[in-house]
Amino acid sequence: MSSTRTVTVASSQGLHARPAKLFVEAAQASGAQVTIAKGEKSVNAASILGVLSLGVERNDQVLLTAEGENEEQTLDSLEQFLTTDHDEAS
Amino acid sequence: MPELSGIGVGRGIAAGPVARMSPPPPAPADEASALSTEAETQRVQVAVAEVAAELEARGRTAGGMARDVLEAQAMMAQDPTLHDAVATRLQAGKTGEYAVHEAFAEFRATLEELGGYLGERASDLSDVSQRVIASLRGLPAPGVPDPGHPFILVAEDLAPADTALLNLDQVQALVTIQGGPTSHTAILAREKSITAIVGVAEAGSLTEGQQVIVDAESGTVITDPTQDQLDEAQARRAAHAAQAAAPITPGALADGTAVPLLANLGSAKSTEKAVALGAEGVGLFRTEFLFLSADEAPSVEEQREAYQSVLEAFPGQKVVVRALDAGADKPLSFLNDAPEENPALGLRGLRALMANEQILRDQLTALAQAQENTEADVWVMAPMVSTVEEAEAFTALAKEHGLATAGVMVEVPSIALMADELLSRTDFASIGTNDLTQYTMAADRLLGSVASLQDPWHPAVLRLIRQVGAAGIASEKPVGVCGEAAADPLLAVVLVGLGVNTLSMSPAALAEVRAELKLHTLEQARSIAAAALTAATAAQAREAAQGAAQKS
Repeated sequence: MSSTRTVTVASSQGLHARPAKLFVEAAQASGAQVTIAKGEKSVNAASILGVLSLGVERNDQVLLTAEGENEEQTLDSLEQFLTTDHDEAS
Repeated sequence: MPELSGIGVGRGIAAGPVARMSPPPPAPADEASALSTEAETQRVQVAVAEVAAELEARGRTAGGMARDVLEAQAMMAQDPTLHDAVATRLQAGKTGEYAVHEAFAEFRATLEELGGYLGERASDLSDVSQRVIASLRGLPAPGVPDPGHPFILVAEDLAPADTALLNLDQVQALVTIQGGPTSHTAILAREKSITAIVGVAEAGSLTEGQQVIVDAESGTVITDPTQDQLDEAQARRAAHAAQAAAPITPGALADGTAVPLLANLGSAKSTEKAVALGAEGVGLFRTEFLFLSADEAPSVEEQREAYQSVLEAFPGQKVVVRALDAGADKPLSFLNDAPEENPALGLRGLRALMANEQILRDQLTALAQAQENTEADVWVMAPMVSTVEEAEAFTALAKEHGLATAGVMVEVPSIALMADELLSRTDFASIGTNDLTQYTMAADRLLGSVASLQDPWHPAVLRLIRQVGAAGIASEKPVGVCGEAAADPLLAVVLVGLGVNTLSMSPAALAEVRAELKLHTLEQARSIAAAALTAATAAQAREAAQGAAQKS
């Protein structure tokens, strides 16, 4: 069993730099197996190199898949993370 | 061997114990491991954990932006995807070192292919890889040392990534084995007023903790100094500090001849510092920063905003803006992506702009708009001009866009030799001594092995400057210098003696040059220049000028 969700990325730098690091930390902390996909390429969301290599830009659509404990809850919090602009504060 | 010599940057002097920057470990060979896969896996796990912990600890100490960078590096070290790539290689019987090296290199290539921001992260990844490999081999981590007390940093050379992390409260001076007067290390040292000597071939013999005096003025590193030598160094440091604290007055010679002292700026960020240090305008505003991180030229509007923020800081004063100088060491794919055998001699500077005229037109449009909105006296100039026709074409184009004062940089010997014809067709000349020296001496300014030729004191360079200065006097058109030569106080006096009207430099150099100019009259500056011109070599020119200057 797994759950999926399509999310549009709001961060003005996309998933680079600081937002990428924070996203990976959140995915690691969730306890679930999370993958993030852009187009045909899908990577482990706990891998910063994987996430960086997707080259996600602002307004890109990504597909999140979670498997394991608290799937829906994990997707909720990751979706909220991705739809917030994390570069505004810095 | 009490003294080592190299090329001093500025006139600083500092004393302290040596801390050496560990070189990156050599790339591991593709050898079969003598250990079991389990044992290799265990070794790699320990090394990775150690490196990640070290990076996180450094991040906590550094704080701010550096903390995020270092923590992201710690995550890269422990990355699960990378872990799988390493495991595959270990199962194939490779050594831990080689598996780590290859797996990281593969990811590095992926990031580089993606380019842009991700390309920059590639070097972070290399740094992590080298740290893990050093740890596997039981070697100290490569990079800037942190002995916990003030030290003299001795390195092969410094990369921009190293210099960004330098703790300037602890680093008293820099000594590098490689590098010339225009290397990264030298430019950083000048910008931050750090005492530095580059190109010290024998610096490899300095040992960890050894006491040294670094005297940039004479370009010597004195090892194991006596108490007398240390006292003298301390006295000179105090004298420098007093000079830097001297009141800021407009640049002038002893007889009152005005020599406006201007700043070289690379972005809008450093304007405040330039104004605080007494810059009487900007002699070189480099516009590359707007273009270098872009895949396409920035819009007219974006450019106008950036230019305006610099112009606003200098109401009523001169700001010389250089049109985009791309190519050679600053390649831009949207201007010229054809591979070249000799990029320093290729389609660069004005040549590249003329081949992409719309980019130049947009830049001139943005600049003219920024001029409208501010009170600065805007001058515009073309980089890398070789012929009179090029100068004419640029001048005409600038005027067509409403920029009243248009000139060119003199960086190529051909245009220096044609200075009289040049100045009858354009409004001013600004001598870029770094490139003029590189092209006159036919020595790549970025190449350490020919760094000794990159010396603006060379009489061949001085003779070309004399020719431009003389043409300026004859035509009553302004001639400035905006290369590193203007930041060398005695050479600045020589330049004025050769007919140069304004000097533009890193803001950090303004105080020393201002102090030196005050010691000589115009007549004396001319005799000092004449003495330098009679020399046969760069060293003799420097000596002759020093001798003549003492008579002032």
